[in-house]
Amino acid sequence: MADDKSKAALYWSTNLRLILGSLVVWAFVSYGCGILFRPLLSGITVGGTDLGFWFAQQGSILTFIGIIFFYAWRMNKLDAEMGLEE
Amino acid sequence: MSLDLLTYMFIGGSFALYIGIAIWARAGSTTEFYVAGGGVPPVANGMATAADWMSAASFISLAGIVSFIGRDGAAYLMGWTGGYVLLAMLLAPYLRKFGKFTVPDFVGDRYYSKTARYIAVICTIVISFTYVAGQMRGVGIVFSRYLHVDINTGVIVGMVIVFFYAVLGGMKGITYTQVAQYCVLIMAFMVPAFFLSMQVTGHFLPQIGLGATLEDGRSVLVTLNELSSELGFDQYTQGNKTTIDMFFMTAALMCGTAGLPHVIVRFFTVPRVKDARISAGWALIFIAILYTTVPAVAGFGRVNLIETINGPDNAGVEYTQMPSWFKNWESSGLIAWADKNGDGKVQYQAGAAFDGGKPAFIDSRGDYGERLTENASSSANEVYVDRDIMVLANPEIANLPDWVIALVAAGAVAAALSTAAGLLLVISTSISHDLMKKSINPNITDKQELTYARLAAIVAIIIAGYFGINPPGFVAQVVALAFGLAASSVFPAIVLGIFSTRMNTQGAVSGMLVGLGSTMAYIIYFKFMGGTPDQWLFGISPEGFGTVGMLLNFVVAMLVASMTPEPPEEIQSIIEDIRIPRGAAQAHAH
Repeated sequence: MADDKSKAALYWSTNLRLILGSLVVWAFVSYGCGILFRPLLSGITVGGTDLGFWFAQQGSILTFIGIIFFYAWRMNKLDAEMGLEE
Repeated sequence: MSLDLLTYMFIGGSFALYIGIAIWARAGSTTEFYVAGGGVPPVANGMATAADWMSAASFISLAGIVSFIGRDGAAYLMGWTGGYVLLAMLLAPYLRKFGKFTVPDFVGDRYYSKTARYIAVICTIVISFTYVAGQMRGVGIVFSRYLHVDINTGVIVGMVIVFFYAVLGGMKGITYTQVAQYCVLIMAFMVPAFFLSMQVTGHFLPQIGLGATLEDGRSVLVTLNELSSELGFDQYTQGNKTTIDMFFMTAALMCGTAGLPHVIVRFFTVPRVKDARISAGWALIFIAILYTTVPAVAGFGRVNLIETINGPDNAGVEYTQMPSWFKNWESSGLIAWADKNGDGKVQYQAGAAFDGGKPAFIDSRGDYGERLTENASSSANEVYVDRDIMVLANPEIANLPDWVIALVAAGAVAAALSTAAGLLLVISTSISHDLMKKSINPNITDKQELTYARLAAIVAIIIAGYFGINPPGFVAQVVALAFGLAASSVFPAIVLGIFSTRMNTQGAVSGMLVGLGSTMAYIIYFKFMGGTPDQWLFGISPEGFGTVGMLLNFVVAMLVASMTPEPPEEIQSIIEDIRIPRGAAQAHAH
């Protein structure tokens, strides 16, 4: 029982770290590149406009998909490693 | 074959398909009615979620909004997609493990409190009704424009179709119908986009076409920026929202998306916890196909629109020479022209063409056969173009074949119906399950509960239809309210319920009340009581205030919880349990 408890705690803290890392990327591409850092990226041109505009209207959405699939893949692996899958 | 006949065929054919699926997927139990028996494969669930999520607003209005406000439209593009990342990591897997039917189920059980459950029920019903009225209206507009029936008949036809598969099939019927509706709506959006992109840029993929260099050595966006500044509009890629407002608005839409009951409930329908995570990913892929195309459609549409109206030399085109789409939409009241300089030519530039924004038509025609108005403004701009016609009119503006136009009409109806059905289900579930079964009369049988659910769905459809026929003037305003409410009440309550074992009833209830109260007060003051933008707190618009409400909710909830007793042992062990996937199948059975 105690073993189960510590395993669950380890599983949860690993999950939290993974979520935090993913959220950093999530915020960086949307709030960062798309909104806050846009003036800094104005020198880089993509398709007739600046990189910030591209991130705001295309790049962030594509990154979001990547984040979800990465997270799902890592969590499935973690579930299996810890024997906590269904 | 005429356009009318083609449109009848496309819409009629798609309706026959939806009804066929509904009969095949009838629901026999409450589990099937509420969560489709919990047996929908993740790819199908992702597709259904995408159709559920992409409403008439996404299909009809979004490209129009981006087309007219350019860069600022990114708040919607990122806001309405970024929420799925939050869903996949912070909500969906744990709510699936929890294994109940509704959002109030979770809030009520986790916070062991009827008050918390009631607040969640009220939020759910208000949010869903706000949304559904707009969907019915969307169906009405498409019918009246393409099938020349009046809007009321259109709404009633839409009601009958939704009635059929939502009441009969519940979540099971809705889910499989939505898979079909996704296919119809995405084809209807992409086919004209491919045509437009080929026509304007020579590239097949609109996402590439938008950034590609054209024959004159410039890209579409550069052309747009030049056209815009020539005509006095804001530069297309610049926009005029402040950074702080963009930030808060994007955040409110993201967290609002993650807190919308009709989106969350979709993740109760998959078989396993891991399916809940991945189906959020599938949903986002299916949504992104449309959302990444939107900026391209918006850009091409804007260039086409300006060039068609103002002519190649930018001096205006004579009204009598205007293509038929211009006059058709004028008849629908969504385009208007006032010949202010008396040259008989249509000239489009920045500025409100009519006082108060919208044209007020009078019942007579001018020298050139145009509809006369009584509120032409002093601005030199002569044309009013409603944002909502962008997607619907695009194929006509670009002279695409008739079958493409008919397909777009069928797609718009699919988008509106699929969302309406999902919302109606959430409303009927809230009433039959959360109010009847869990609060008023816990002793009713499964069969009785199912009857109540169907009755509630019927009543909800009739109310929604009423609002579709007699739209309250405030539909556009209350959409901000729906996202604000979801972001400031439901979202924090669920996230805290999962991620904090310490969170108790007192904390959650006071957090929700503060979040709800502050957001509603702000939105009502600025949307209904005449507040002006210079009074905005820190320059944050009502659309973005849900983020502030959400932060207040988090802070108040944690403060109050730290001063009140911790939740009972059994609740804490429930939280420990929903954090790990193992045992989800059993959890679902009881």
